[in-house]
Amino acid sequence: MTMRKIKVLVAKPGLDGHDRGAKVVAASLRDAGMEVVYTGLHQTPEMIVEAALEEDVDVVGLSVHSGAHLPLFRRVLTLLREKGMDDVLLTGGGIIPPSDRAALEAEGVGRLFGPGAKTSDLASYIRAEVAKRRPAPQS
Amino acid sequence: MAGGHDRRALARALTAVENETPEGEALLQRLAPRIGQALRLGVTGPPGVGKSSLVNALVRELRRIGRTVAVVAVDPSSPTSGGALLGDRVRMGEHALDPGVFVRSLASRGQGGGLSGSTGSVMDALDGHGFEVIVLETVGVGQAELDVVKEAEVVLVVLAPGTGDGIQALKSGLLEIADHWVVNKADDPGAEATLSDLSQALLLRADGHEIQDRIHLVSARDGRGISALAERLWSESIGSEASDRRTDLRRRSLRTRLLRAAMGQFSDRLERVPADLEVESLAAGASTLASAARSLLTKTLESNS
Repeated sequence: MTMRKIKVLVAKPGLDGHDRGAKVVAASLRDAGMEVVYTGLHQTPEMIVEAALEEDVDVVGLSVHSGAHLPLFRRVLTLLREKGMDDVLLTGGGIIPPSDRAALEAEGVGRLFGPGAKTSDLASYIRAEVAKRRPAPQS
Repeated sequence: MAGGHDRRALARALTAVENETPEGEALLQRLAPRIGQALRLGVTGPPGVGKSSLVNALVRELRRIGRTVAVVAVDPSSPTSGGALLGDRVRMGEHALDPGVFVRSLASRGQGGGLSGSTGSVMDALDGHGFEVIVLETVGVGQAELDVVKEAEVVLVVLAPGTGDGIQALKSGLLEIADHWVVNKADDPGAEATLSDLSQALLLRADGHEIQDRIHLVSARDGRGISALAERLWSESIGSEASDRRTDLRRRSLRTRLLRAAMGQFSDRLERVPADLEVESLAAGASTLASAARSLLTKTLESNS
């Protein structure tokens, strides 16, 4: 019997064509031992949540640099809840002002990481959160 | 086909099957009578030939002729971290909201051969769930990573101009495992040359002349040749010959899995049996390696649990 790996979906919603950050994050989570599904640019919230559902991920990470983070995170969170995926951690990062970050976190989005954040912090945060949400043994 | 909550249940079931949990095993047992209906298409080839784009285009055409399709895409796990970057969905976004399509990415998890150890079981679960076609996309195959034949009823080997892997493919035996040879990137000026190299190479086979119509020039980018290929694959999947092929494949795949499971159980036991006596006997020159191994084997088989 194999141990269950943490599975993460990394997605770029919206219209900005800037996916370097998302790719760096995806590679660093892989290097932290996670299985990372990368979906590419220009994803709608509907596409992201459907991919998260099919892949049965533990975590959805959004990278948003377009300024549209409030509606995008909210929409993804709503869709996750509609599909009964309340146990999936929604996190992410990008250029997000602290006040918006606090607002989203209060609504149930996980911690959001700004430009300068260490990728190792993201990995430890994900590990800790998934351990809380999932009683099964981790790797 | 599967709607909202049903899809979620399927996705979770696939995780259980992939991780070989007791729930996953029980599910496969329950589904067993319904497994073996789907057409299982394997798509393999060297890195960079456009396998994901081709799969995306094939799915589009299979949907056009009304078939439901599941895609299982395997990417390599990192041998150092154990993590994986699964990027095949990037090229399949257009099917994201189609309820007749289900895409699942798998990490190879240290298993060689271009597949993950539980690939066959994951395909079984999708098959038992009722998908009509299951497309298996392997990791970019280098040499001697040809396990796709063990899990696919029909194997497509994809080549493309300019990847420099044509000759490698000839050497590795990759061409031998194909039922269909697909030269992708027909829109590239080098495609005709790749096609002619391939035809020449295959003419050397005993059945060389008969297989020329199994060589296809397509372009996943502009769609050339894709609908003809999809229609052909589907029409060849109907009838008693295909059904026999499916039965064979299922038996072969189950045999592989059974042997792997038995070997796993055996090596677990073997590691618990003390081997000190045999080691001492070898050190003293009192036995050969073969006879010491036989003694250990006997002890292992007599051990409990």
